[in-house]
Amino acid sequence: MIAADARPKLPRGVRLTHNEAQGGWVLLAPERVFKADAIAAEIVKRCTGEATVGEIVDDLAKTFNAPRERIETDVTAMLTGLLDKRLNEV
Amino acid sequence: MDATPHRAPRPLGLLAELTHRCPLGCPYCSNPLALEGRTDELDTATWARVFSEAAALGVLQVHLSGGEPGARRDLPEITKAAHDAGLYTNLITSAVGITNETLGKLSEAGLDHVQISIQDSEAGSADHIAGYKGAYSRKAALAAEVVRLAIPLTLNAVMHRANIDHVESMVALALKLGAKRVEIAHVQYYGWALKNRAQLMPTREQVERAVAAVDRLREKHQGQIVIDAVVPDYYARFPKACVGGWGRRSLNVTPSGKVLPCHAAESIPELTFWNVREHSLADIWDNSPAFMAFRGTEWMQEPCRSCPKQKEDFGGCRCQAFALTGDARATDPVCHLSPRHALVAELAEVRADLEYDYRR
Repeated sequence: MIAADARPKLPRGVRLTHNEAQGGWVLLAPERVFKADAIAAEIVKRCTGEATVGEIVDDLAKTFNAPRERIETDVTAMLTGLLDKRLNEV
Repeated sequence: MDATPHRAPRPLGLLAELTHRCPLGCPYCSNPLALEGRTDELDTATWARVFSEAAALGVLQVHLSGGEPGARRDLPEITKAAHDAGLYTNLITSAVGITNETLGKLSEAGLDHVQISIQDSEAGSADHIAGYKGAYSRKAALAAEVVRLAIPLTLNAVMHRANIDHVESMVALALKLGAKRVEIAHVQYYGWALKNRAQLMPTREQVERAVAAVDRLREKHQGQIVIDAVVPDYYARFPKACVGGWGRRSLNVTPSGKVLPCHAAESIPELTFWNVREHSLADIWDNSPAFMAFRGTEWMQEPCRSCPKQKEDFGGCRCQAFALTGDARATDPVCHLSPRHALVAELAEVRADLEYDYRR
């Protein structure tokens, strides 16, 4: 489980990109392509290595006017999944 | 993913065979038996146009391959053009022919990822399989430089009878070299590998041990390295979803500009391929006879035609169906439902410890 004070970022070799013909956001990694829905893209865009997980949750809760607790659950689950797949690092 | 149902699906990956020249002679090379020569190769500007057209078509990743892509002096310019087109760039190299200086230029050009092939976990055997003395040590040296530049590294270990018992030491080598990912890729029998099938084919016992080793190593090294495995399909009950379905996810551009649905497609004599010198990539993808030939399910015969798995495995591999049955529309005989399935087991029993017929 990713810690609230961790500062996630995309490692070199992993890129978030927008491709019209593919209909939206995609996360690109070695030999892998992951479609990112709008919410996933918003989370990944904030993984700059500067913001902590807690700050990312705050920002998303504010931006989308959503309950912080639910956002925290979603963000933690997604970032933990990305860490396991080496699509993110802290 | 696709809102307009009558349009062909959009490709995700482009395999750019920049050249067929290569110093190595691996007997399972995926290049065709009839190699294209240097004078027929596309120039830098044409590759740049192909990359722009690819990105507009939906392609996200380009695999800069060969032959040995390092044989192209303009590799840094080609890499930059792919990067500038917005593509994720993956260099697929033998490491022989890529100097540390070249790698530095590629890194500056925006190279995202490097994949180095290894022939075995020990130098003597590795160099013998590659047919090139000193290949192994060059690979280790380039791998170190890739890691030093913080570019993610994948090791691609092609497995066959001579090295399939070394899965454990291959993964250990990948860890030692600092790779984040290792492919345990069993030989697929097309082109040069088909020619060397009797020399390369592992036994069923070997394959079972290798599959068990991969499972064990995945558990042991979880979080340290990703282990991807390509199963040898002569010992399978269901066929592989070859290239994710014909004309569905990927395309291959040969050194001279021919566009193929897969790297082995030229082995099917009835197909007509269009060239990027004469057509746009989108036109080729949507309309060329070779891409239309086996796209979708209309071309299928029984048992594929009424099979509930037809949209999972797409009838298996067209090149393999042709190579083993003489009919490119047949069910891939790897499938246990194929009337020709027994043939595959018979062929897997044909093994001979002869010298390799090296790719030259």
